[in-house]
Amino acid sequence: MTAMIDAERLRKKYLRDGMLPTIFCNGCGHGAAFDYAFRAFEELGLDMDKVALASGIGCSSRIPGYINADGLHTAHGRALAFATGIKAANPDLTIVVFTGDGDCTGIGGNHFIHAARRNIDMTVILLNNFIYGMTGGQLAPTAPIGSISTTSPYGNIEQAFNICELAKALGAAYVARWPIFHPYQPIKSIKEGIQNKGFSLIELLSPCPTAYGRRNKLGEIDSLWKWYEDNTILIEDYEKAMDYGTEEEKEAVRGKFQVGVFQNVQKPGFFEEYDKLVQRIIAKEDERKGGAE
Amino acid sequence: MILVLEDWCKGCEICVKRCPLNALELSDKLNKRGVYPPKLKAENECNSCKLCELICPDFAVTVTLDEEKKSKEPKSRLIIGGIVNEV
Repeated sequence: MTAMIDAERLRKKYLRDGMLPTIFCNGCGHGAAFDYAFRAFEELGLDMDKVALASGIGCSSRIPGYINADGLHTAHGRALAFATGIKAANPDLTIVVFTGDGDCTGIGGNHFIHAARRNIDMTVILLNNFIYGMTGGQLAPTAPIGSISTTSPYGNIEQAFNICELAKALGAAYVARWPIFHPYQPIKSIKEGIQNKGFSLIELLSPCPTAYGRRNKLGEIDSLWKWYEDNTILIEDYEKAMDYGTEEEKEAVRGKFQVGVFQNVQKPGFFEEYDKLVQRIIAKEDERKGGAE
Repeated sequence: MILVLEDWCKGCEICVKRCPLNALELSDKLNKRGVYPPKLKAENECNSCKLCELICPDFAVTVTLDEEKKSKEPKSRLIIGGIVNEV
């Protein structure tokens, strides 16, 4: 049970000495994300020597620096490419990638698409705050229409990326989206994602009061967190409203972010298939050699 | 009982605002960062649900199970004829 885990012991075990407090702004949700990851690791009983972390550039990508495990802090957007490399070199490792929305889907969009398409066994924890927070509040591809940022001072007119739907369409094995302030669902999703043998994406909606909330007049920390509460809806409720609701009900839920588990299927990952391929070719080669001799 | 690592607290007040039983308040002593860290109210109904510990983004709150409180029977309030009886 999650509730029985002793937080003090957890902190001693997983946090790197002398790194805390974090650099995150007051009211940022990113800190909670790695708290949830610890609890998932703890529940799975993972050996931290067998876990490798990877991250790109950005606020969320600072997270591996705080965790007492081996990690790569890589080039902007290339976290998934490096993670693929780690997995290729040592398939025994459990790969967890911490990345942001700008990092993963903006700068590294193609890496994301192809990592999901190849179904490489890794768990991606994507912290979506709708903005490039660390570099000064530029517009990220996930920002909703009308968002104000330093590069869109009159409001965003581009359609936003729906990361979960994209990953689902690409055939990722596990796709889930949760707001950061509901603790138990993300913990369960991270756990299921690590256990899944394919590409797992857990998108966490994390508020950014400094770069996003302040510019978009979403108010203080508390009202910003409430905004996320008001603008998210469970997938089941969304589908119910869309199927059986009246026109007003449909209109009310249309602009909201669906949260929940989008996809959970078991299928062989890239390296599993690759091993099979190698075995098949070796067997064929042996047969051919045996026949020639 | 909650333990607060006062110097890790950034003063976002998320724990105070989101406590389902409204058991937390700001203390009156500033910490190193110049913010008021949370503390448990003198009169509180904390049931150690650990929500504050889980959602604190700065790892500043730890909830410890109160042995004394744990052994006590949960209070229920019966209202009979307008008089509140604590059973």
